[in-house]
Amino acid sequence: MQNKSIAELAADLRLRKYSSTELTRHYLDRIARLDPQLNSFITVDAEAALAAAARADEALARDQAGPLTGIPIAHKDIFCTKGVRTSCASRMLDNFVAPYDATVVERLGGAGAVMLGKTNMDEFAMGSSNETSYYGPVANPWDTSRVPGGSSGGSAAAVAARLCAAATGTDTGGSIRQPAALCGITGIKPTYGRCSRWGMIAFASSLDQAGVMARSAADAAFLLDEMAGFDERDSTSADVPVPDYVDALDNDISGLRIGLPKEFFGEGLDPRVGAAVEAAIREYEKLGAEIREISLPNSPLSVPVYYVVAPAECSSNLARFDGVRYGHRCAAPADLEDLYTRSRAEGFGAEVQRRVMIGTYVLSAGYYDAYYLKAQKIRHLIADDFKRAFEEVDVIMGPTTPSTAFALGDKMDDPVAMYLNDIYTIATNLAGLPGMSIPVEPVAGMPVGLQLIGNYFDEARLLNVAHRYQHLTHWHQAAPAGFD
Amino acid sequence: MSLDRSDVEKIAHLARLAISPDQTERYAAELSNILDLVAQMDSVNTDDVEPMAHPLHMAQRLRPDQATEPDRRAEYQAGAPLSEGGLYLVPKVIE
Repeated sequence: MQNKSIAELAADLRLRKYSSTELTRHYLDRIARLDPQLNSFITVDAEAALAAAARADEALARDQAGPLTGIPIAHKDIFCTKGVRTSCASRMLDNFVAPYDATVVERLGGAGAVMLGKTNMDEFAMGSSNETSYYGPVANPWDTSRVPGGSSGGSAAAVAARLCAAATGTDTGGSIRQPAALCGITGIKPTYGRCSRWGMIAFASSLDQAGVMARSAADAAFLLDEMAGFDERDSTSADVPVPDYVDALDNDISGLRIGLPKEFFGEGLDPRVGAAVEAAIREYEKLGAEIREISLPNSPLSVPVYYVVAPAECSSNLARFDGVRYGHRCAAPADLEDLYTRSRAEGFGAEVQRRVMIGTYVLSAGYYDAYYLKAQKIRHLIADDFKRAFEEVDVIMGPTTPSTAFALGDKMDDPVAMYLNDIYTIATNLAGLPGMSIPVEPVAGMPVGLQLIGNYFDEARLLNVAHRYQHLTHWHQAAPAGFD
Repeated sequence: MSLDRSDVEKIAHLARLAISPDQTERYAAELSNILDLVAQMDSVNTDDVEPMAHPLHMAQRLRPDQATEPDRRAEYQAGAPLSEGGLYLVPKVIE
């Protein structure tokens, strides 16, 4: 059952080959049996999952089921879930139970999806290896001595290991695409504002976007169909009509213009990863696509710009954690200042504290123009590069990451080396564009991701382009040994 | 850009983070490395460039000034570390 697509599972549920309750139990059993090797879940709520499955079975019996009714999924532990702890992988929120559901959770639940539990992640989504989690690192199912990527590392590992049919993720600088690439799954980060941020714990508000991690573009389309769309509770939600993503999957792509930014194929890219990505692009030529070299001259500046903008916004967003209203509170505070400073120092891990301090510094008196304003100006140049590129091409392609998954512990002592892992993904967030990663031919047994970047609100085309490749190849169907 | 221990202490105070003296050296080195990475921005002339406030150049939506949320104080305060009679409790501020 765990290798079936969402469309196949939905068809089987309708034919009563098995019930959602049986399917849910199957996944819960797999989690209990296999997740101790991975640590991909922070919280599993079997009782709530089985109750949701029973409701789905009733809807199926009444013939009132949609494509996601009864399908077991997982949510990244950054999305608030009413009655189920939402920790954001931080000691700060170890005891936090949200009084409401995030919009994304509400919409998927409303569509009948069954939540199995909450997946592990980097603390407050700050990290590229899932090693900053308060609940311990996640292992990559393809090689448990390596990282799954981050920050949505738990969702990526859980989907790759077939512990859920699909999962949600969030992407601020690559946090859906990079772990999707390193775990060999399909991930889509939609346009900024496409999915509601309401109830999604904020990291960098001008960059954060919710998306899907699944085993195929078709599976992702089923979830995105429910998740996308305007939400009045999110003041940055885009009020733009949502097309039917599933309907667009099989569109013909002959004549598609694909741009390859030369900056994404230069120094720093593992040549074996580059070769795998180029081989995938040749498959697109067979499908009638036209390949052009393009340039995004300012994209090499995206990492420095990001490490001003994201920490600045994070220091502002995380100011709410004060030990007063919710979250961790230190014992026996001497005074109010002591309450704030010790609650925060005890509640936040090292990477979160580094980013809060960088953000505080770049926003402090006298430094605003040199850092935040300068970064926002270069951000404009980066977005303009894309704007020019999309006058010539329909989709941009390149590697998602410079290498395959690295070993656990490899980059934890060098924050800057860790940051450079997101060198190909960050520019997309700075510009607000949608991006995807899909698995191509592995290198030495480890997954490689092809990144697809689309124009604003062109998610339907990205999913279509990804689906056509997956129609032709089988890389997305490969399962890690021991999890198949 | 190089930060020293006193810079880190000042930043930690502004960020309301209690940093122990044995951590300041390490943070000074790590934050300086990050700022060195950020310094690559200086290579670009941005004199005539507008800062980007929003990826899609959208304006903030406004809504009528009407109360729309129900009172859920008890529910929201249920997760507070310390509250009493609808109030959040903190150490005494005024002597």
